[in-house]
Amino acid sequence: MKIPDLTELALRNLRESLLRNSLTTVGISVGVASLVAMLSLGIGLQQMASRRLVKSGLFDTIVVTSRRELRGMGREEERTGPTPGESRVLDEAARTEIERMPNVAEAYPDIRFATELRFEDKPHLTMVSALPESAKSNDAFEGMQGSFFSSDTAAEAVLQKSFAEELLGKTPALGAAEPSVSDLAKPLLGKELTMRYAQRGASPAAPPAASTPDDLSGAAYSVVSREQKLKIVGVADLDPESMRGPTRAKVFLPLKLAESLHVMQPTDLREIARAASDQPVYSSISVRVKNPAQIQGVEDAVKKMGFTAFSILDASRGLRQFFAVLYAFLGIFGSLALMVASIGIVNTLVMAILERRREIGIMKAIGASDGDVKKLFFAEAGAMGILGGLVGVGLGWAIGEVINLGTNVYLRRQSLPPEHFWAVPWWLVGGAILFAFVVSMVSGLYPAGRAARLDPVQALRYE
Amino acid sequence: MTTTPVASAARSTLAIRSENLCRHYRMGESLIRAVDGVSLEIHTGEFVALLGSSGSGKSSVLNLIAGLDRPTSGSVIVQDRDLAKLSREDLAKYRLHVVGMVFQSFNLIASMTVAENVELPLRFAEVDRRQRVKLAEEALERVGLRGRMNHRPSELSGGEQQRAALARALINRPQLLLADEPTGNLDSRTGTEIMDMVRDFNRELGMTVLMVTHERALAERYAQRMIFLADGKLVDDQQTAFVRSGIRGES
Repeated sequence: MKIPDLTELALRNLRESLLRNSLTTVGISVGVASLVAMLSLGIGLQQMASRRLVKSGLFDTIVVTSRRELRGMGREEERTGPTPGESRVLDEAARTEIERMPNVAEAYPDIRFATELRFEDKPHLTMVSALPESAKSNDAFEGMQGSFFSSDTAAEAVLQKSFAEELLGKTPALGAAEPSVSDLAKPLLGKELTMRYAQRGASPAAPPAASTPDDLSGAAYSVVSREQKLKIVGVADLDPESMRGPTRAKVFLPLKLAESLHVMQPTDLREIARAASDQPVYSSISVRVKNPAQIQGVEDAVKKMGFTAFSILDASRGLRQFFAVLYAFLGIFGSLALMVASIGIVNTLVMAILERRREIGIMKAIGASDGDVKKLFFAEAGAMGILGGLVGVGLGWAIGEVINLGTNVYLRRQSLPPEHFWAVPWWLVGGAILFAFVVSMVSGLYPAGRAARLDPVQALRYE
Repeated sequence: MTTTPVASAARSTLAIRSENLCRHYRMGESLIRAVDGVSLEIHTGEFVALLGSSGSGKSSVLNLIAGLDRPTSGSVIVQDRDLAKLSREDLAKYRLHVVGMVFQSFNLIASMTVAENVELPLRFAEVDRRQRVKLAEEALERVGLRGRMNHRPSELSGGEQQRAALARALINRPQLLLADEPTGNLDSRTGTEIMDMVRDFNRELGMTVLMVTHERALAERYAQRMIFLADGKLVDDQQTAFVRSGIRGES
């Protein structure tokens, strides 16, 4: 029999015992729905986790430091490689070279220094750090009040919540509710801070581009005290650098602005002692790769250049492993319901054979082959599988949306940002329907075989 | 006992030939010999009635010739096909293309309309839809049921159902029509109607007809030859008075 004919007959037969077949199909739907729900939860959680991790900058960032730094810190035992004096300086040229490597999104110097900030004539000593523009997408800024820097060179600052508290003179009382970020931001946004800092270099007004590598004229190193006015544009809840090392900054500046200030950094002293030069030399550079998967290659390339590189790669590997196990478990539990549903298919079809014994006999008597009968039962099983799969995917998706909605209502009550932790990718939709189809075909194997082997003489005698 | 072949030379080719045909069943301890060494020859275009009391094995012989059952021993050759040697697949093809069957209980599929029942063999033969509809309409026209083609069998009278079954048996243009008590569930007037139709098929379409019945009167009126079975054995084979009287000779 041809496929359109088979389909037509199968659907007709399914309509004949509508209730029973509907119930069986609902069984498959529930199975598929549970599978889809389980797996999409897993996928959603993984996507959320990797989104968080990518945003945190932990898994796509390599921290590059000069080997001189390490030697300087007393690691004299490292005899391999160039001696401290010969190893490469982590300067602007090195930064540009790293940035031009394939798969590197950006490489920016880590600028971090302690300094004094004046707000309404009161001095506050704190840690200041520079942020590249790409940090805008960092999840620390999700709940930020105000806005991110208007440009990479703007004289603007973003404050960390605790520093905002300090500026306003609000020391959180024990047991009292923590002031919300928006309450802190209101009186501060748009106000001005004055930053006092120590500038290094022979020609203070010259921008960094003016200094060339062979410019050694600035052998006489000077430190000038300067001031910079900053407008407060944002107050962030989390410390965007909290996960990166012990230096917790509380005030953030745009990177280009910070660079142009030539602020004296503690590590500069060591460099000065070696080679007096005013060209920018960085204590460390953060390299962001385009995709966390490419981190190893970039790290190796940076090491080949003669620098030290660190990344938290192993942690992400462990995470992937965790999700693989999670998938397997969710998949098994999800499939369990579908397995139960497949027993329903077997049951329904075996019942159908008993009921339609005579009909099978008639079909054989008028010329149906074993194959025709078998195909017809397969088509019925397959149709139930596909129908159940379609309904099940819809149902699973709906369950997901409802749970997602409910969770987000809860998150909002806890004044947490909403999160989409539910993802139903197309491959899961297609895969689930295909899986339901395959499972029902497998369930149809026994009934179809039995129907095909039915003896027509016996079947026709049966009333 | 006479085994006279049918008169005219044009009808002398063999449609069915069985030799020492046996079909035995085991039922618990005992062996049932439903068909026990039947040898017969039926010529192309003949109308033969298979008579016997219930349990005589006449339906079993019909099932063996129909390819619904396989002999325990012996052979049955229909249109040069040795049915015992055909595979299950080929046997299905044989039933589809060579044989048309009608039954006492009509055996229409209740969930299908009359037209769908009639065209069902064409689905197995993988004839395309437009051709199927056309052939089904023609066949129903022939049995006078065209107006009821979209009804379900349950909405039809017994006679109409049997006519629908005849249309279905006809649709693949088989050479052989096998009828198992076709009038058994019908009143005598409707039965006569059906038998007239079967005779028309025999005469006009040249189909060989083998009909199982226990009504001798019916056999004498329509068949050219009567084969009697008892206890699975062939006990008599005679031409009907109808043929002997020469009425058929005219046609």
